[in-house]
Amino acid sequence: MKTGSPILISRADPFPKSLWPRVATVALVVYVIYACAQMEISWERVQTGLANAAHFFARLFPPNFARHELLVRGLLESLQIAVLASTLGILLALPIGLAGARNLMPPWASWPARALIVLARSLHPVIVAILFVKAVGFGALAGVLALTVASVGFIGKLFTEAIEEISSKQVEAVRATGAPFPSVLAFGVMPQVFSRFIGFATYQLDSNLRNSTMVGIVGAGGIGGTLFAAFQRFDYDFVCAILIAIISLIMLGEVLAAGVRAIFIDNATLPELFRRRGLPRRDRLVEDE
Amino acid sequence: MVSITAAETTSRRVWRRFTGAQRTARFMVYLTIVAAIVAAAQTIEIIPEFLADAPEQIGDLLARMWPIDWRAYPTDVHSALSETIHIASLGTLLALMLALPVGLLAAHNLVPFTPLNLLARLILVSSRSVNSLVWALLFVGIFGPGALAGTLAIAFRSIGFVGKLFGEALEEAQPGPIEALAATGAPWRSVLTFGYWPQVKPAFWSIALFRFDINVRESAVLGLVGAGGIGMALDAALNLFQWERVALILVAILVVVIITEIVVMQIRKRML
Repeated sequence: MKTGSPILISRADPFPKSLWPRVATVALVVYVIYACAQMEISWERVQTGLANAAHFFARLFPPNFARHELLVRGLLESLQIAVLASTLGILLALPIGLAGARNLMPPWASWPARALIVLARSLHPVIVAILFVKAVGFGALAGVLALTVASVGFIGKLFTEAIEEISSKQVEAVRATGAPFPSVLAFGVMPQVFSRFIGFATYQLDSNLRNSTMVGIVGAGGIGGTLFAAFQRFDYDFVCAILIAIISLIMLGEVLAAGVRAIFIDNATLPELFRRRGLPRRDRLVEDE
Repeated sequence: MVSITAAETTSRRVWRRFTGAQRTARFMVYLTIVAAIVAAAQTIEIIPEFLADAPEQIGDLLARMWPIDWRAYPTDVHSALSETIHIASLGTLLALMLALPVGLLAAHNLVPFTPLNLLARLILVSSRSVNSLVWALLFVGIFGPGALAGTLAIAFRSIGFVGKLFGEALEEAQPGPIEALAATGAPWRSVLTFGYWPQVKPAFWSIALFRFDINVRESAVLGLVGAGGIGMALDAALNLFQWERVALILVAILVVVIITEIVVMQIRKRML
């Protein structure tokens, strides 16, 4: 190296890119083109649709609340479905979820319970609702049964996981005193999972409320039937009114669920509930359905 | 947590976990829950004959579903099933692309301008509060029946989910590396790619995988309102009372959902 000349710095990229992200990008682009061709999605269809969209939205507004009696009746039925399905679902999910916990139960109890939970979780509530509509006829009963199945699947799974994650020290301590099994559950297990259980239960009520407004599409009661009928009659201003009502109901449900979590998990009192600004964030793991 | 009222300390000490106000709040919740259950159970329109008849009807339904019509799979079900998977994956991809900018705008530490944060939050909340079936109805109204409506419905429903969780992950990013980069005079793009991205990358991929798993389940029902996929085949079989075919479609959905869950779990284990 001669003196006075600038020091040569190696220009190699300090952050070399590996090959596989590029391969993955190419594969992704190829897949998107293939899938769009398979499903006959093309730019022309999007453009014709966008022309329709203006017309469509013009007919949505202003919302028409003239048939508010029908609207309120549908919303109330949705609410009833959500409340009853959550109650039944939670009552059934507790023993099933407990039976599925491998740290407390023998394999002959945990495997059937886990299989039941997987089965209840794998079908979408609306599909389960179709089956119940065929089995028990049109109406709210089918909706309640369908959402009960969904609740058993969801709460059962999370409850099983929550019980499997508990510390065994407290359970052993209670057992060492010679306590019978129910006492082990009540004093060793329950206090460790109660706050998480409140989280799942309020979340499930919220989720059932959302789904109870939808199961009506297949005839299982609630506001969904009214919504679907209005859509098929091209009654778009009533559709808009129903959507506004559904969204308000869901948001109200979210606020109430957050309030219950604040009371049970953060030990808030009623005045604190109204004074506090930011309600606690919902459990990240159980976000959405 | 432990509180003792003055009167109790003088005579006999009673330990209570919660204060009176806390207990009142809990009691009010219990009371409301019981009242809601009683009110719902009393007013809901359930026909008792239907309830009594239910076990028999379910047995009849299961009997009609047997034997499963396996031969219909290659002709009628396979193409609808692959369409469902395409709807789920394209919808998830579109949602990821649309949710990234909205999620960035929603993060207050990245865009310290409250009106923009609120606008982004509003987009995310409205996307999440509309069910994917309703999105599908809207898009069927706009684009006509078919997979395009389904894909857009999945995408628009997922924006809120992905954007919200991604925005929260960005807000939880450690400021240290970002300040270090900013101190070197790095342009904002480098701050994003070398400061934020490595910190939120695991969260981003796990959100994307989680949403894909949900979308596979959801895309199976969109066909009921005409938005393409296996739901349309299911709807047709139901309307024609072809119960053996309904059973086949249900089994097909079940298998796809379970395979997706296993694949997603494996990818998550390898990647994170």
